[in-house]
Amino acid sequence: MIEAKEVNKIFGGHHVLKNISCSFEKGKTNLIIGQSGSGKTVLMKCLVGLYEVDQGKIIYDDRNFSEMNFEQRKNLRQEIGMLFQGGALFDYMTVEENVMFPLNMFTSQTKEEKQDRVNFVLTRVNLENVNWLMPSELSGGMRKRVAIARAISMNPKYLFCDEPNSGLDPQTAGVIDQLIKEITDEYGITTIVNTHDMNSVLSIGDTVAFIYNGELWWQGNKNTILHSDNKELNEFVFGTELTSRLKQ
Amino acid sequence: MKVITNTGDYVLLMLRVFTKPQKGRIFWQRLLDEIQGLGIESIGIVAFISAFMGAVVAIQTAYNIDSPFIPLSMVGFTVRQSVILEFSPTVISLILAGKVGSRIASEIGTMRVTEQIDALEIMGVNSANYLIFPKVVASMLINPVLIVLSMWMGILGGWLAMSAFGLVTTTDYVRGIRIDFQAYTIFYALLKTLFFAFIISTISGFYGYKTNGGALEVGQASTKAVVVSSILIILFNLVLTQLFLT
Repeated sequence: MIEAKEVNKIFGGHHVLKNISCSFEKGKTNLIIGQSGSGKTVLMKCLVGLYEVDQGKIIYDDRNFSEMNFEQRKNLRQEIGMLFQGGALFDYMTVEENVMFPLNMFTSQTKEEKQDRVNFVLTRVNLENVNWLMPSELSGGMRKRVAIARAISMNPKYLFCDEPNSGLDPQTAGVIDQLIKEITDEYGITTIVNTHDMNSVLSIGDTVAFIYNGELWWQGNKNTILHSDNKELNEFVFGTELTSRLKQ
Repeated sequence: MKVITNTGDYVLLMLRVFTKPQKGRIFWQRLLDEIQGLGIESIGIVAFISAFMGAVVAIQTAYNIDSPFIPLSMVGFTVRQSVILEFSPTVISLILAGKVGSRIASEIGTMRVTEQIDALEIMGVNSANYLIFPKVVASMLINPVLIVLSMWMGILGGWLAMSAFGLVTTTDYVRGIRIDFQAYTIFYALLKTLFFAFIISTISGFYGYKTNGGALEVGQASTKAVVVSSILIILFNLVLTQLFLT
């Protein structure tokens, strides 16, 4: 379980996160939703330590991340996998080298063991015979899948996904969502997904936290979200033609 | 104020850069890649510019010797002194600041804006050390080699020009090159080169690493890296000359 306790983040006098306290459960797909600029990406970056919180604590299974030194964080981060919005694959490496990178850096496995692991995770994300392609030769959906493969190559306990569906067609977005859900269930990972895609919310949202103007405005799950009477949440969820028809 | 802030940020970044690499084998692999990218790929431009600059120095010196009391061997002497003392270590370093510096800043800057550096940090990799340290070591290893090559090419270019235009005989030119030669000048030139290589790689790495934004900012970081590196090379050239040649 990952907990955020009274987290505050201020950028140059602009209070981006205001006293956010919430928990993300083990073995579940925990979604953070909110409008663009609401602070959900900042919250995720605070959770993984890319931004330091100005006040508050981040707790990973009773380990206070906010008080850890560089070495302790380095060790904890080997338990974290992260899927970035654009994939963040290393341009100068092939698909195989990208996925093998964490194994090369942090394990003493033999070349054969690493190769087996790479082939296994690539197969797991339904990618085969792409080992020697460069990231520039991949489609958006394939890049995301390679990034997921890299994120799970070290068997992480925590998986963070920042806008995993951005820039993808609805069908490919659905495939990525299901992949994240399956991996979470299969390995009992604590998964946190940052999204504003309502399809994702309704299909994989075991828990949902709605961030509004830097505050935690509502918490629930994919079933309760459709029946909430929270005005701001309803405006966000049913803001499109498709979802407003769903409501009716 | 901005200079003080940047200096502080630079020092803090360097403290992260100059640590023991997390995995020796990966460091050596990256070092070889950087030697190839930053050094070997610069051989052509260094050789070309050096040869032509040596030729121009030789021609100008030859045409300016009017007095019969000044021996023609002075052409070789002038080419040698100007190439070894200033032209190769300083001017070629300025050219490398443009070529290599912009490459380092834009490469690291692009990695920053496409979240590749964040990805490294999330994995628990010291991204500053992983990205910048091999570039610094590679520059400090390969730049002296490039400068020695530049010295050879400069002197060779001067000789080729003199032979081609029939201004000075080979005997006079070679005699001039050998007059009052002091090996210390080579040591001084290579010492300057090491300082300049450090400046180019760390300043460019710094501006690339602190890039924030998109493609426009990557371009700006690249320009700043070249401008600041060039200014520091000129300033340190004065300081080092004063320290080691007086």
